[in-house]
Parts: sequence; C-alpha cells; structure tokens
Amino acid sequence: MTDAPIVAVKELNHWFGTGDARKQAMFDITLSLPRGSFTVLMGPSGSGKTTLLTLVGCLRAVQDGSVRLLGRELLGAGADELTRQRQQLGFIFQAHNLHESLTAAQNVVMGAQVRPGVPDDIAQKAAARALGLVGLSDRMDYLPANLSGGQKQRVAVARALVGNPALVLADEPTAALDKDSAADVVDLLKRLGAARGTTTLLVTHDPRILDRADRILTLEDGRIVSDSGKQ
Amino acid sequence: MSRLLQWVFGRLPIGWLQLTHKRGRFAAALAGVAFANVLVFVQLGLMNSMATATLKPYGFFQADVMISAGNANALAEGNNVARQWMLQALADPDVTEGMGLFVGNVPWDRGGNEIVFTTFGIDPARPAFLAPTVSDGLHLLQVQGVAILDRLARGLPADEAAAIRPQTPLRFETLGRTLTAMSTFAGGGGFGGDGFMLVSDQTFLSLFPSRTSAAPDHILLRLRPGADVTATVARLRGVISDKTLRVRSYADAAQEDLHYQQTQRPTGVIFGFGVLIGVLVGLVIVYQVLSADVADHMREYATFKAMGYGPRFFLGIVLEEALVLGLLGFLPGLAIGTAILTLMAKVTTLPLLMTPGMAVTVFVGTVVFSALSGVIATRRLAAADPADLF
Ligand SMILES: Nc1ncnc2c1ncn2[C@@H]1O[C@H](COP(=O)(O)OP(=O)(O)OP(=O)(O)O)[C@@H](O)[C@H]1O
Ligand SMILES: [Mg+2]
Repeated sequence: MTDAPIVAVKELNHWFGTGDARKQAMFDITLSLPRGSFTVLMGPSGSGKTTLLTLVGCLRAVQDGSVRLLGRELLGAGADELTRQRQQLGFIFQAHNLHESLTAAQNVVMGAQVRPGVPDDIAQKAAARALGLVGLSDRMDYLPANLSGGQKQRVAVARALVGNPALVLADEPTAALDKDSAADVVDLLKRLGAARGTTTLLVTHDPRILDRADRILTLEDGRIVSDSGKQ
Repeated sequence: MSRLLQWVFGRLPIGWLQLTHKRGRFAAALAGVAFANVLVFVQLGLMNSMATATLKPYGFFQADVMISAGNANALAEGNNVARQWMLQALADPDVTEGMGLFVGNVPWDRGGNEIVFTTFGIDPARPAFLAPTVSDGLHLLQVQGVAILDRLARGLPADEAAAIRPQTPLRFETLGRTLTAMSTFAGGGGFGGDGFMLVSDQTFLSLFPSRTSAAPDHILLRLRPGADVTATVARLRGVISDKTLRVRSYADAAQEDLHYQQTQRPTGVIFGFGVLIGVLVGLVIVYQVLSADVADHMREYATFKAMGYGPRFFLGIVLEEALVLGLLGFLPGLAIGTAILTLMAKVTTLPLLMTPGMAVTVFVGTVVFSALSGVIATRRLAAADPADLF
C-alpha cells in the first residue's frame, strides 16, 4: 500500500515525572504524515514540539495511545526494536552534533553505515555523493572545527539523508544559523526530500521557513490547535 | 594505522581518531601505560632474578635427597643436622653416598670494600656431589686452606679473578686465617651475599672453630641410579627418628626455598606488591583516560545512539581505544623496561633480565587489563540519552 502514511499518531498522551511532579505534556494527539510531505511543526516554547518529535523518532517510549512508524507500532516496543527503527530515520539537531574527530566525509559515512552490512566503499561513495548534493564536495576532508556553522549544518543534513531515510526529523535546524545559511539548509532539505520522496517533519520558530511548508501544524500546551495544509 | 584499524574493525576507527585528535592527552596516556609497564617489568625482573639467585647455589651440587633442620628454610639458614642421621640413611639399600654440607658467610675485607662469600664446606673426596660447573680444581681443596672462588662475585675485579690459577694463587686473610684461592667458578652475586666460595669441610671448620664435623648444616644423599626418590624419602622419614628434621628430595628443597623467599621474606613480598601496584597504576590510568574520553564525547555518542547505533558499537569504540593504548604503551614500556633492567644488572650484578616470557606475560596482561578498564568506562555511556539532544 503506497498510500499508507509514514507516520500515524492516534490519541497520543504523554507524561513527564512521577508522583506529585507528574505532568502531562501531550494531550490526545492524532495526526498522520503522508509519504513525501514536508510538514512544519510550530508553537510556543514548552508546547510539546520536541516531545512529539522524540516520540515519533523512537527516542522516547510511547506511554499511551498509538504511534505507527513505517507501519510498525511503537507502543510497547523494546529498546532494541526502537534502535533498529531509528536506523530508518534521519535526524537533524539544532546543534550540528558532528563528531569533532571525524572529517565531514567520515561523519556522513557514519550515517551511511548505521544499518549493518553496508560495505566501506559503498558508504564512502554515498557520503561523497551526499556531500556533493549539499555543495560541500570541496570540504570532504575538513574537520568540523574548520567549517562554518552553515557548512556544519549542511554536513549534518548530508549525514541525515545519506541513508535515504523514509522520514527526516529536524528540531530547529536553523536556529543557530544566520539568515542566508538558514534558508540554504531548509531549501536543501526541501529540495532533496522532494527528489527522494522523503517525508520531513521540521520544528521551527523561524517565520522565513513557513512559506516553504506543505503543511503547518501548531501545538499549544500539548494539543494541536491548528493544522493548515497548502494542498 | 588508521587504515589497518579500519580493516580490523570493519568500520571507521573512531576510537583511534578520537584518541589521536587530542595529541597531548594521548601522549600522556601512552606515557602512563608505558610507566606502569616499566614498573611491572622491573618488579618482575627482580622477582625472576631472586628466583635465579635463590636456585643458583642448588645448581652447584648434585644430590637426590637433602636432610636439613626443621627451621632451615634456606641453604644458609637454620640449625645443624647431626651426622649420625647420614649414617642411618646410608643403611637404606637405595642410598649410595652421603655428604655433610657446611654453609657459612666468610667476609673478605679488601680495605674499603668487603666481599661476603657464601661459603660451602664440602668433602673433596666425594666429587660426585659437585656439579661439573664448579668441580674444576676440586682436588686442590684437599690441601688445608685452599679455596675455589666465585669469579663473578660482586666487588671482585674481573682481571684479578681471571688471574687466579694454581700456579698464581690469590692469598687473602679472613677470620684470622689465610686462604689460598687456586681456582674459580662462575657463581654470581645474589640477594644474600656477594658471591660464593668452596672450601673443604676441614678448612671450613678451621674458619668456624665453634662448628664440629659431627654437625653439618645439611646432609646430601645420592641414590642408586633408577631409584625412586619419593619412595626413598618416605622410607628415610620412617627411619630417621628425629621428626623435627626435614627430609626432602633435593629438587623439593630448592623449590621450597624459592617459595619461602617469595612469600615469607620481605624482599620477595615487596616485589610481589610492586607488580600488583604496577598493574593497578596501569588500570587506573587507562580507566581515567577512557572515562574522561567518554565524558568528553557524550554528545557525539548520544548522536550516534539517536542515529541507531547500539550498545555493542560503543563498547567497540572504547575497547578499540583500550587496545590502542595497551599496544602503543607497551612498546615503549618494553624498551624502557629492558634498558632499566640492563642498567640495574650492571650496577647490582644481579641476574636481571628481560625474558621473552616476561614480555609476553606483561603484554597479555596490559591488553587484558586495558580492555577491562574500557568495559568499566563504558558504564558511563548509559547516561548518554539521545532524547536530551533535541
Ligand atoms: N525530560 C523532561 N522532563 C520533564 N519535563 C519535560 C521534559 N522534557 C520536556 N518537558 C516538559 O514538557 C513540556 C514540553 O516540552 P518540549 O521540550 O516538548 O517543548 P518545546 O515545544 O520543544 O519547547 P521549545 O520551543 O522551548 O523547544 C514542557 O512543559 C517541558 O517542561
Ligand atoms: Mg524543543
């Protein structure tokens, strides 16, 4: 079924803390992300954007409700299962989180080889291609310390995309970048995602990004308060 | 190196890249591992040399059974043994020959430096008890006051020792007597004395007037070829009514002496502790380096976790680092350890050697303990929660 959504969230609730400190952060969230969509998640600070992203991204265990990722239910999944699921995803963080001791190309290779059984030469070719796509062919052997902020984030994009993930999750990937670099990075995500049929869920406060979205979801106090699609 | 590791691990050698990224810390870590290795090498060298030195005098004699006093833990320790027990033992059909062995320290004051010879009084009429390596010129001992000297004795100039021959003997005064050294053998300084000397039992008694021929320090027995030593020892224990005496095979006596030196004497125990401390120092250094490295890379590890790398991957990185530290720290440790042992051997004339066995033992130990520290260090990795990255 090609039309099955990449992500289907149903009646999702989530709590942090225990006892008196227990606090609900997600209330009855239901949403689905069709294949190839580019969705922006907005909302004030503390509204639960990151929480939702980590639940969909298998970084937190689902407590209540249902999250189906690539057709698999995450509720009740064990740690190994979640780790394996994460290998199908691409993550982009606010900070680039590149490994300081690895070159740009080596960082991207780590993304290519996370799924077992990818031979070295194939991973290296894929990394070179991915760095070419983000316009860094001439920076392959640079350590992160010798790259600009925008370049580092583009390496992170290459690392997230190199394995052809079905879903890319990005949490404020442009927050630390200047205007031009930010636009660059988002355009890249959008363009490369569209070319590969990648589904993207991107958290941002950045109004410049909104006009590039297919769909904008707004969260407030752990609830979806608006869902506007262009389509 | 990076390529080699890539080939070995089948992935990017992240541990190696991580370690070499901080060169200063890497160098310090290697120096630490090398230092721990040197510590262990020196202590092991001392332990080995003590074993060599302890067993050396046993090699001067050829015997099957030794009878000693109950408190004679070493050749030069303990009370005498009445010679009557030798006569009793000779009644056993398998015992062919017996000899009383006298042991005493004979100082030679050379005006400024004193050489202390561990001196054995033997019966020159029973050459079968002496190993071929020391029996050169044994017949000369028949003459009262003649000695065979250890030419490797600590403090004895080599040219002086080399000149000793029956035609050109070396005379010296000791304990109120004049001794005439007419021949030499290769002994060597140990932990107890500077060297060894052989004299006849008669000469020995003249040096130590309080001793009598009726009570040597040990009784050595030789058995008929093919005789069962264990069975004979058991029979002799039955025959000898003084149950405080130690009746042992000669080989057992040597081993028991060694065991006593290693476990009861302060020097032996200290060397053993030295090895332990070296191992601990190495363990702590490798652990410190690895756990600091893990702490420094929490974010990177959390990122790898988020990407879908499992616990085995992280264990692999830390083990890789442990192996690199162990291997690269071992080589300079081996080189420096060898140099120090060689130097110490020169200065002390103790038989201090780097043996292949020591090198292999320390190498395996280094790798195993480094890996162990690595495994302990990865426990901190559990704290790398990828959900905190967003
Ligand atoms: N690990 C946690 N432990 C306890 N409470 C948490 C934890 N993470 C988030 N929360 C709480 O859950 C709520 C949602 O937090 P979340 O980080 O998802 O918000 P956000 O929309 O990403 O905010 P921001 O825009 O500041 O990043 C907040 O009230 C926050 O305090
Ligand atoms: Mg957030």
